[in-house]
Amino acid sequence: MNKQLLVSALENGTVIDHIPCERTNDVLTLLKLNSVSSTVMIGINLESKKMGRKTIIKVADKFFSDDELNKLSVIAPDVTLCIIRNYEVVEKKEVRMPEELRDIVRCANPKCITNNEPMHTVFHVINKQRGIMKCHYCEKEQQIKDAKLK
Amino acid sequence: MSENRSVITLAHLTREKIEYLLKMAAQFEKHPNRRILEGKVVATLFFEPSTRTRLSFETAANRLGARVIGFADPKITSGTKGESLKDTIKMVSNYADVIVMRHYLEGAARYASEVTNVPIINAGDGSNQHPSQTMLDMYSIYKTQGTLDNLNIHLVGDLKYGRTVHSLLMAMRHFNPTFHFIAPKELEMPEEYKIYCRQNDIRFTEGTDFNEDVISGADILYMTRVQKERFTDLMEYERVKDAYILSADMLGKARPNMKILHPLPRINEINADVDDNPHAYYFQQAQNGLYAREALISDVLGLTLQDITNDKTIIYNE
Ligand SMILES: [Zn+2]
Repeated sequence: MNKQLLVSALENGTVIDHIPCERTNDVLTLLKLNSVSSTVMIGINLESKKMGRKTIIKVADKFFSDDELNKLSVIAPDVTLCIIRNYEVVEKKEVRMPEELRDIVRCANPKCITNNEPMHTVFHVINKQRGIMKCHYCEKEQQIKDAKLK
Repeated sequence: MSENRSVITLAHLTREKIEYLLKMAAQFEKHPNRRILEGKVVATLFFEPSTRTRLSFETAANRLGARVIGFADPKITSGTKGESLKDTIKMVSNYADVIVMRHYLEGAARYASEVTNVPIINAGDGSNQHPSQTMLDMYSIYKTQGTLDNLNIHLVGDLKYGRTVHSLLMAMRHFNPTFHFIAPKELEMPEEYKIYCRQNDIRFTEGTDFNEDVISGADILYMTRVQKERFTDLMEYERVKDAYILSADMLGKARPNMKILHPLPRINEINADVDDNPHAYYFQQAQNGLYAREALISDVLGLTLQDITNDKTIIYNE
């Protein structure tokens, strides 16, 4: 708990922990934290037993839906989440990889229609263990960890 | 929007549906000229030119009495310049009852089917799918062998990039085939299709040799073109370029029922001396494309096998 206080304490909101430092910006983008009105505190290069260095993001007065949080599984599958109410952790969560990734990442295939038309992307997660998704449109299989955010 | 009756790929079709479409194609072979689609408009949108496929689809539509609109090459069609695919499809949907489309981008047909209620027939999307080719391949196999079940199918040549062999492999999964993959190392069957075979209990063997003895085990010999552009190692190309050319003297031990298929156009992978051999079937195979496409167009427009069998609009040319 003291470690977390390195970034100041939260009365109500969400703590996103165990973010790989290099994915900090991706998490901000994915949860649209650049455009929220509430306070967002970011701690980068914090010490972590599990990961060496990590990022923690605290978002005041904001609670995300499971669908929003599960998007994080694409870029940071090992993040942990704490829901804070009245300075107390009332719930801990991990993210789950959804069956379908809708408009989160780009297709790696330059000849895919989704890269050439103003449209959404859809991927089917076909193997969670091996982290493989398949584009709904061009049908190319690809590694989730290599995917670029849309 | 729902996916309506579009044909984007054959990969998900059941055995029953495939057999149903083949029976339809057989009816059209008996009587290819009809007025059953009179009053219908078929659009053929070729965002990438393919004269062979376009003529086959347009002939199919014309022989059933439909009218055809469309374009053969988007470069000469100012209406599509800079316009999104979605807008073009929306526009044509106002005019046509079915849209046959070929596109250089992969997934284009799938996306088109999601932005309109008019059924889409995929006539090729980049290197992804070409279901009407697969349908005519299966019809050719069915016709020449009398069955699709328990056949030995040899796939020869470029098995890495050849989409027709990939689609055929997937569509045959219901019929207990044994595949033999014959290709140079650089163009061998990709791992994902071998995984597909294992998951679907499709037997296969692999080899690089292509000779009289290998051919002797085949019911179907499916030839494809080995293209120089596909090789990263040109020495390798020089070494193997003649190894996958079929000539008449290699057919001495062939089974009597064996037929040679090729998606065409061929360059030199089948010698001209094979053309008159009783095993050659590639020209008839192309003709079967007409019946397969008549079946696909009719099916997406909601006609049933019964409608086709009891058709009162047949034109007899006696
Ligand atoms: Zn794609």
